[in-house]
Amino acid sequence: MSGDSLVRATRVSRAFGDTLAVQDVSMDVRPGEVVGLLGANGAGKTTLIRLLLGLLPVTAGSVELLGGAPDRERRRHLGYVPQSLGLYRDLTVGENLAFTAQAYGAAPAQLTDALRGSADVLVGELSLGLQRQVAFLAALAHAPQVLVLDEPTSGVDPLARAALWDTIREQADRGTGVLVTTHYMQEAAQCDRLLLMSRARLVAQGSEADIVGETTAAAVRTDDWAAAFAALNAAGEPVMLAGRDVRVADSDVDHLRAVLAAAGIGADVVAVAATIEERMMVLARETPEAVG
Amino acid sequence: MSFWVRSATVRNGDVLALDDVSVTVEPGSVVVVVGGDGAGKTTLLRALVGELVLERGSVRAPAPQRIGYLTAAAGSWPALTVRQNMDFVGGIYGLAGERLQQRREALLTRAGLTEAGDRLASQLSGGMRRKLGFCMAMQHQPELLVLDEPTTGVDPVSRIDLWRLVSEAAAAGAAVLMSTTYLDEAERAGSLLVLDGGRTLAEGSLADVRATLVGSITVGDRPHRAPWAWRRGRRFHEWWRDSEQPPADVMAIEPDLEDVVVALSLQRRHEIGARR
Repeated sequence: MSGDSLVRATRVSRAFGDTLAVQDVSMDVRPGEVVGLLGANGAGKTTLIRLLLGLLPVTAGSVELLGGAPDRERRRHLGYVPQSLGLYRDLTVGENLAFTAQAYGAAPAQLTDALRGSADVLVGELSLGLQRQVAFLAALAHAPQVLVLDEPTSGVDPLARAALWDTIREQADRGTGVLVTTHYMQEAAQCDRLLLMSRARLVAQGSEADIVGETTAAAVRTDDWAAAFAALNAAGEPVMLAGRDVRVADSDVDHLRAVLAAAGIGADVVAVAATIEERMMVLARETPEAVG
Repeated sequence: MSFWVRSATVRNGDVLALDDVSVTVEPGSVVVVVGGDGAGKTTLLRALVGELVLERGSVRAPAPQRIGYLTAAAGSWPALTVRQNMDFVGGIYGLAGERLQQRREALLTRAGLTEAGDRLASQLSGGMRRKLGFCMAMQHQPELLVLDEPTTGVDPVSRIDLWRLVSEAAAAGAAVLMSTTYLDEAERAGSLLVLDGGRTLAEGSLADVRATLVGSITVGDRPHRAPWAWRRGRRFHEWWRDSEQPPADVMAIEPDLEDVVVALSLQRRHEIGARR
């Protein structure tokens, strides 16, 4: 039984030859929630999505979409916006919307305020923010129950991003389940729940704090960031610029203080919670054995 | 020596691509230009490296052979291997022999590209290709490094690698100007320039940019004045003038860069609307 889930994977694995692209992953998306799927390139996000949508058969485990196998009929209730948007740049906004609506047997979407007056404009002539709005409208015209979005606001300005998230939230409020893959933590912060994949496995899920877990970072406050950076970098620490200070993920604070003192650099070193990105970097550095 | 673009105005046909925009980059520092599609980021970067002519304004940059420039397009030759790409560009800048080889291998090691060194650029992932582009731009140790959206579409782990490489270049004394559409990573830079529609919305340190915003920002469950509210997760953030008293069901918050830029952009749209 799928219970309340619109999409559910139960102990799903997928192999390509000897390589496991997805290993023993269980997850679901429920009505009205926005779930963020995070992970580095090659972590298995795209393969997982293709399994969930029935575009690729599973090697082990099972997938349910809308209470059954993810077949062609159930896929009619899906909306998908790829990062590349999937629009015809040399057709107008109106033609693009009419084309997609016809493919799904739905009425074309109404234009939003921002797009009013642009029905006869070629999609390729619109700003990226407006192109993304058109792609959303095209994906939503058939009132999908499940919406899959790949980096939905990549490249747009903050106002356009807020407008796109308005649309995503309206869909969720109507009961649509939304799965968002993203590399960007601002986008992750807009989700209700996060899933983190690393090396084919689901390694953490829940809130941002659940994802970061026990991983910490050290914030190094100093008057001379370049000297502190050079000293820590030379000591092999994964050091990064952070404003006018530097930061080191997953490192021992006392050790960092000793390295800086030995280099004659005055600095204030404090342990802080890691970011999701830092957590991902730590996962990527760990050997596969250690992850398992 | 610091490098700059001062009071730059650039017109593309009828459109003002840049309207009186200035930026200064000091050696040993990173300045990030933020803004969405059409904000004017690429135009400003191209102005600094001398790729376009200003209608008004002035530029100070080192000689072309002392500049490293990574364009928003791939910036590498797909049919050459990683090492061939490095050697080709290194040769153009006059590097040869052992010096070329040492510099090439040191950069590839730091970028995590050593094992991919004999792979064709066309076979690299997006993140690896951006890292290669960065290494190519850095190879001749330029005084000024200009990077156009080096992290767009790059996964978080490669993005951290790229930021580490950028930090290394700045720590070694390069002046770095880079653009991004992502505000979370912009907070990593010492100085910011926020562009919107070819104009400067705010500039300076993160604290300076925050201080640009007058009034207050609140969080609540519903918008009170729709034009001044925006979504953050399930809740709404809203901007209020100092003269306004926010209602009792919202709570004042310390805005992050995203909030500040949204609120400033809304004010600017409102001003433009009022003038029409």
